[in-house]
Amino acid sequence: MKRFLPWIIGAVVIFALYSFFKGINNTAVVLNQNVEQSWGDVQTAYQRRNDLIGNLVNTVKGAAEFEKSTLTAVIEARSKATSVRIDPTNITAEQLQEFNKAQSGVSSSLSRLLVTVEAYPDLKANQNFLKLQDELASTENQILTARTRFNEAVKPYNSHIKTFPNSLFAGVFGFKEKVYFSAVDGADRPVEVKF
Amino acid sequence: MLLNKKCVIISLKLFLCLLFTQISVAQFTIPEKPNFQTSVYDYANVLSATEKAQLEDKLIKYSDSTTTQIVVITIESLKGEDVSQLATRWAQTWGIGGTAKEDNGVIVLLAKAEKKIAINPGYGLEDRLTAGLGGEIIRNIIIPEFKSGSFYSGLDKGTDALFDVFKGKYKGERVKKSKDKGFPFFPIIVIVVIIIALIARNKGGGNSGNNGGGMGPSLLDVILLSSLGRGGGGGFGGGSSGGGFGGGGFGGGFGGGGFSGGGSSGGW
Repeated sequence: MKRFLPWIIGAVVIFALYSFFKGINNTAVVLNQNVEQSWGDVQTAYQRRNDLIGNLVNTVKGAAEFEKSTLTAVIEARSKATSVRIDPTNITAEQLQEFNKAQSGVSSSLSRLLVTVEAYPDLKANQNFLKLQDELASTENQILTARTRFNEAVKPYNSHIKTFPNSLFAGVFGFKEKVYFSAVDGADRPVEVKF
Repeated sequence: MLLNKKCVIISLKLFLCLLFTQISVAQFTIPEKPNFQTSVYDYANVLSATEKAQLEDKLIKYSDSTTTQIVVITIESLKGEDVSQLATRWAQTWGIGGTAKEDNGVIVLLAKAEKKIAINPGYGLEDRLTAGLGGEIIRNIIIPEFKSGSFYSGLDKGTDALFDVFKGKYKGERVKKSKDKGFPFFPIIVIVVIIIALIARNKGGGNSGNNGGGMGPSLLDVILLSSLGRGGGGGFGGGSSGGGFGGGGFGGGFGGGGFSGGGSSGGW
């Protein structure tokens, strides 16, 4: 019996270590999946807005011919925003900032467009246009919700990999800290679609 | 050792950050998910008792036949929050919807002071109740009634319009309430049976040897665990305290629906 004791202790220690590392790794994997999924929702919401902008521009174009520059500003901002591609598995602070900047460019040009549209009573009475505005407002809300949920998904992930003792090993498994969306301020505020 | 200290400090900081973000975020405090889960919560008292009962009854009957839960909530003030945002958070927190899988819930949130209303569908109903359609219902059906002075007819006609929108999408019947309010006969019977089985096994254990002993407990454990699970589940599901017949809120309570934040809002 004594002969086997070291082996038994060794096996127990190895098993304990195994389950310890397995715990760190697998929890991080699950939390990471949540983050990636919620990033998908963020992108879907922004994509939806981009799609709607196409419709909006077409509707406005017919009724408000004079607002060419505002319209082109929106279109340009949109194409700039769609060109920013982010790898969901590795979102860096710089990438996220660039993404934010491009999207808030769309937001501000969009709200300028909607303000100028105020001057066109025909448009404001147009059922199609009103519906489009509803859709836009809804999408803005979806964007905000998706961003909040993204941050909420990042929080437990970061806590998991940054708290002791997980922090010592998370890096070894290739888990890096993830960045949060900055709080909505000024330019990032949702487009006010009020009439 | 130095590394450990650093880590502890970092985690402490992180914890503090979490603490503060949570405090600073909430402005309007969403009430806790009520024990009695029904279709109308008139916190702002915009409906009379009979109006509330009628609307509530209508929406519960609708939920009984379709599983789709439409919940009308009225509040005094938004306290500076956006009506759509608050509606989304509220519906998500309470888990409004027939089932978590279908996500078929709708929240109608009315803010009295700000004169704002939001209608947000859960994921499962987004394809039917698009923001444009919801906006039309608000603009053309609900708001004119509100302007003429009746909150009830606005909400009544508005929800009728929602019924039309959802027509045919979900079918179902009232979820039967688990009768956990009564004496827990079933778990007790199971426990008695287990005890008898244990006694019987111990009596015969002298000659059956270790083989039987190895098999016995695991089987018993399974029975015991399953009965425990059943007891626990019953306690969780039994949200409402009303009787088994009508007027008792949603059968089975809120199902845990999810909300993307999509929806429409308007003011009057």
